[in-house]
Amino acid sequence: MEPIKTVRSRTVVLPNSNIDTDQIIPARFLTTTTREGLGRHLFSEWRYDAQGAPRPEFALNRPEAQGCQILVAGRNLGCGSSREHAPWALLDYGFRAVVSTEIADIFRNNSLKTGLLPVVVDEATSRWLIDHPGAEVTIDLESSTLTLPTGDWVKFPIEAFSRYCLLNGVDELGFLLGRMDAIKAYEQRVQV
Amino acid sequence: MFEKVWEQHQVIPETADTPAVLYIDLHLIHEVTSPQAFTVLRQRGLPVRRTDLTLATMDHSTPTRTEQVFGGAPIAIESAAKQVRQLETNCPAFGVELLGLRDSQRGIVHIIGPELGITQPGKTVVCGDSHTSTHGALGALAFGIGTTEVGHVLATQCLLQRKPRTLAINVSGKLRPGVTAKDLILTIIGKIGVSGGTGHVIEYRGETIRALDMDGRMTVCNMSIEAGARAGMIAPDETTYAYLSGRPRAPQGAAWDRAVERWKQLPTDAGARFNKEVDVDGAAIEPMITYGTHPGMVVPISGSIPVSQDDPVFAKALAYMGLEAGAPIKDQTVNVVFLGSCTNGRLSDLRSAAGILRGHKIAKGVQMLVVPGSQQVKKEAEAEGLHKVFIEAGAEWRESGCSMCLGMNGDTVAKGLYSVSTSNRNFEGRQGVGARTLLASPLTAAACAVRGRVTDPRELMNG
Repeated sequence: MEPIKTVRSRTVVLPNSNIDTDQIIPARFLTTTTREGLGRHLFSEWRYDAQGAPRPEFALNRPEAQGCQILVAGRNLGCGSSREHAPWALLDYGFRAVVSTEIADIFRNNSLKTGLLPVVVDEATSRWLIDHPGAEVTIDLESSTLTLPTGDWVKFPIEAFSRYCLLNGVDELGFLLGRMDAIKAYEQRVQV
Repeated sequence: MFEKVWEQHQVIPETADTPAVLYIDLHLIHEVTSPQAFTVLRQRGLPVRRTDLTLATMDHSTPTRTEQVFGGAPIAIESAAKQVRQLETNCPAFGVELLGLRDSQRGIVHIIGPELGITQPGKTVVCGDSHTSTHGALGALAFGIGTTEVGHVLATQCLLQRKPRTLAINVSGKLRPGVTAKDLILTIIGKIGVSGGTGHVIEYRGETIRALDMDGRMTVCNMSIEAGARAGMIAPDETTYAYLSGRPRAPQGAAWDRAVERWKQLPTDAGARFNKEVDVDGAAIEPMITYGTHPGMVVPISGSIPVSQDDPVFAKALAYMGLEAGAPIKDQTVNVVFLGSCTNGRLSDLRSAAGILRGHKIAKGVQMLVVPGSQQVKKEAEAEGLHKVFIEAGAEWRESGCSMCLGMNGDTVAKGLYSVSTSNRNFEGRQGVGARTLLASPLTAAACAVRGRVTDPRELMNG
């Protein structure tokens, strides 16, 4: 995985709360056997009409949203299924970070493992971001801060080891494989 | 109880800098979330470390039409067929046991784990599926993982995990006639909200939980994730042991006696503290049904759709559902009824629905799909003649799988139609593009099928 230090971008805002993984990537696109190419199905039902044409009013389809790497969403983003296809689709589309007041456990975990930054902020910061779509925001992983164009900044919580892995491009599987002696010792001890 | 299972499975405890290395006793895999994990193993030249602790089946994208499962007819969706073939290639290549498409032990992964007796109290169980929480009904610590983590477990039998917090949900009182485990869990989600359990492992406790049979306990734990909790657990007791005893992969003979002794140490010690506690009055619960686009948008079946001013998300949900704030949910039109899924696809679910349907026909214009949770459930239901009840009522009797819960295999609800479903998610488009899902119990679903509109099952139980 490529190291991630900073994401600086304008935002796209989807103010809805409880955006579930079925909205992010509907189940009928899960029959893929690779990770690539899911970006075109991201938010498929909201993004396209029944004929497959983009809905001009949907936030991602607006001209000013093109190239944005930060998605700001309402509370409890990513609830629902464990499909890693959700962060894959967001990454494949071009997002590098998602921001909400609350992010569902499995989705947050999957995001950290695939290099999509899950950023949890307080209510006031979220309100400001939702009220200012397109704002130029800087997310710095080293200092774990999100800085608004006003110069105000907030610290966001991120699990220490995930942060280390993202900053240094460390592969967690490699870390686990490096613990094989302890794993074997455990297996002997409990006779599993 | 959670603490005990966690402690017993720590290969390396967590520190401020690193999560715990947690050992996994049972890894269940299926066709949808495993292909990319096997690709990683291939790229890195890694084997599956413990094939004896790994079991594969196929459920999400498999057909439910008998001719496509057993009759040699091709699987209608080519990408789904490819996914099935890929699992058929990956499993033998890596030495993983596969309960394949035509296997008599195949079924929804969360149905067959307990059914085979391979899910056991005190085990750590993971699967690339959020409803892995189901297995917690037997006192296992069971949670859903993503595909990257599926790869971690395949390669090392371990996961890197931070210790979650604990949430006790204490339920007291006797459930009234017509009120089921499904109504109980929908009530809980309505009460704590769809993110009320985030960051927590739930332990369901109290006399009402103890009185549930194993199928009901699985329904409750299954929907823990709908409250945001990755895992839900119920302490093992005599009901659990009676359920597991004699199952094909449960311990036998002297090993069984030793296992039960071990399992008896698992329940939470008196006086143990939880990070959070919630009390629920089981005796006050009515049959419940959802009206919106997440499982927390739920009302008693005799109730009305809430009114919520100045909430655009709420308004959007009702617009999607085509329902009006303030209107009663009862008598709302129903077009499709789905009985099945890892939430309510077990034998007792089919029995309770059949109890309502016996001697009735489903209403004109209603399509009802009955999809057993596993081939074993199907066989047992047929042995009791339940399939005849469904077929005579006008329902379709299918082969097992996830089916219309998420419509990956092509079993979908058409745009704009109302589906009363015994599954777990009423998200927009979950059962098909534009489909409108109302979640309910098997009893309620069967009553809705008979009347063709939202119906309190108690009206059909007394007559």
